[in-house]
Amino acid sequence: MNKKQKKVLIRIIVSIALLTIIAIITSEGIGISVLSDNRIMQLVLYLIPYFVIGYDILKKAFKGIMNRQVFDENFLMAVATIGAICLGEYREGVAVMLFYQIGELFQSYAVGKSRRNISELMDIRPDYANIEGEDGLLQVDPDEVEIGTIIVVSPGEKVPIDGVVVEGTASVNTSALTGESVPRTISVDDEVISGCINMTGVLKIRTTKEFGESTVSKILELVENSSSKKSRSENFISRFAHYYTPAVCYSALALAVIPPVIRLIIGMSPEFGNWVYRALTFLVISCPCALVISIPLSFFAGIGGASKAGVLVKGSNYLEALASVKHMVFDKTGTLTKGIFEVTGIHHNELEDEKLLELSAHAECYSNHPISKSIRTAYGKTIDQTRVTDVEEISGKGVTAKVDGMEIAIGNSKLMEQMSIKYENCHKVGTILHVAINGAYAGHIVISDVLKDTSKEAIARLHKMGVKKTIMLTGDSKNVAEYVAAELGIMHVSSELLPGDKVAKVEELLDAKPEKEKLAFVGDGINDAPVLSRADVGIAMGALGSDAAIEAADIVLMDDDPLKIAKAIGISKKCMRIVYENIYFAIGVKLICLLLGALGIANMWLAIFADVGVMVIAVLNAIRALMVKKI
Amino acid sequence: MKKTYKIDVDCANCANKMEEAAKKTKGVKDATVNFMTLKMIVEFEDGTEPKAVMQDVLKNCKKVEDDCEIFL
Repeated sequence: MNKKQKKVLIRIIVSIALLTIIAIITSEGIGISVLSDNRIMQLVLYLIPYFVIGYDILKKAFKGIMNRQVFDENFLMAVATIGAICLGEYREGVAVMLFYQIGELFQSYAVGKSRRNISELMDIRPDYANIEGEDGLLQVDPDEVEIGTIIVVSPGEKVPIDGVVVEGTASVNTSALTGESVPRTISVDDEVISGCINMTGVLKIRTTKEFGESTVSKILELVENSSSKKSRSENFISRFAHYYTPAVCYSALALAVIPPVIRLIIGMSPEFGNWVYRALTFLVISCPCALVISIPLSFFAGIGGASKAGVLVKGSNYLEALASVKHMVFDKTGTLTKGIFEVTGIHHNELEDEKLLELSAHAECYSNHPISKSIRTAYGKTIDQTRVTDVEEISGKGVTAKVDGMEIAIGNSKLMEQMSIKYENCHKVGTILHVAINGAYAGHIVISDVLKDTSKEAIARLHKMGVKKTIMLTGDSKNVAEYVAAELGIMHVSSELLPGDKVAKVEELLDAKPEKEKLAFVGDGINDAPVLSRADVGIAMGALGSDAAIEAADIVLMDDDPLKIAKAIGISKKCMRIVYENIYFAIGVKLICLLLGALGIANMWLAIFADVGVMVIAVLNAIRALMVKKI
Repeated sequence: MKKTYKIDVDCANCANKMEEAAKKTKGVKDATVNFMTLKMIVEFEDGTEPKAVMQDVLKNCKKVEDDCEIFL
């Protein structure tokens, strides 16, 4: 609790004590008889706790009137309590003020607490960097470290700046950034991102960026400036509060005046006191606090919870839009597939797979082409270049070389045709490399971009969560695209697209869908920036270290696991459910209490529940949005 | 030009009022108050002096909510 809150707490305790004492000494029988009979004395006594607890509210209400800001909650409380006291309901008047203050204190405590919780979640800001000085390590401000400086990170410390490891091996915990709790092992020449926590060994890192340009700064900037865009629900609530409070005030006035006047006209006793009491009940109920505080708090907690899971959301409007995404457009390479080529099959070979790979890897040993690299990776052993002679690269077709004296030809069908070797076509999808040994066909190697392990499950989950249409866009050839889509269960495919075509395609989809159904685009952030910004919700994944993606996207997934897309949607849906629960619950209870108040069934005690109780419940419900583990 | 300021205010409704007051101030193109992060993001109109404009913003905010503070 801060100073202000403590002061209010003391005032609450003092006035509760005073109220109890006064209630006892003024009660008939037990109390002092002079007091229990004398209304004026009672009034004077009750005014003591009233001013102790309510002086600041009265002051604010007065200032509000001076500044022509009449309809605020201070004014409402002041009028309601003074009114109650004038009607002779001293105890209720003081109690309403007391409960109002308790409610306010609880609210400010809860908000402060969740504010701290969420900022702790995002506590990835490194306070210092260690650089090697003349006499041992020197702690400096990360801002002062220049590019190319060697920094030292000991176990338990955060990596302050992006860089490359020059010495040491350690496992690092990236959970603050990605939500992934399995540590990563890094060693010399590996890139390391700021914000990771070093868990085991001492690392020496050569920085490659300035602190301001490092991942951790970028993320902090993003998180701190999030929610600068408000959601429709938040705007609805502020508009609602704008009209609701004055409306209730005027109804209260009407309730105090019209029924007694009518009763007078038709010759009944006016019962002014009764109707004024009902009107005052109205005023107590009318405070819109529960709504005004709980809706932004729900979004704030939702965004905080999402960032704990490695999903950064740039504003509550995007969280809201994400919950109503019905059309999901994916980029293929790097999003649903790993974007790395791997040997996925060896067919029609008489030699053992291992042997064929060995010969092919040697024949391709001088090539830098990604496909050649993937063959060498699949072989996995060191290559003895002395076994290879007469290497000849035939551009666009393949390679011929002598390995262990055997003539190896490896390449596409054009190479086989050129050398007039009969080859077998492959029914698998991917890049096919035919291999011939001494002029005879020896089989082919299939190389393809591998699907991510979780892609299929992610798509299935999305369909289950109510995504109506999944679409994949790719620059890849038609048969590869269709194969991937069928494998993953994606409904529509557009293939052989140039980067510009993707924007056009997404625009086409945006025009075709109904306004209320949102369209999200998921890409890996490379070449996707225009599409990311064009979609209703742009989701960039695996964005660690990619500044362009972080800037263009509305939602950033810190690692490249497609399941996170489903998780992000789950979080947004939960958050929106809480928002609607709070809206319906708060407005519902208030309307019911207003009705009961008008009929004279509700008294001021119920009214104070409608105000403070509803707010407490709504705030507690809002904090639930922070819990996202099980989604 | 956009600038972010730290603010202090007690209730969410007051934050909404501050936002409205800031938006209506001359020289301010748009303003957002984020109660949860206690920040005010102000977009100034071209050719205005942020410092002078913020003085007016503070004055207007004080008018609607006496108990608020903007750390300039």
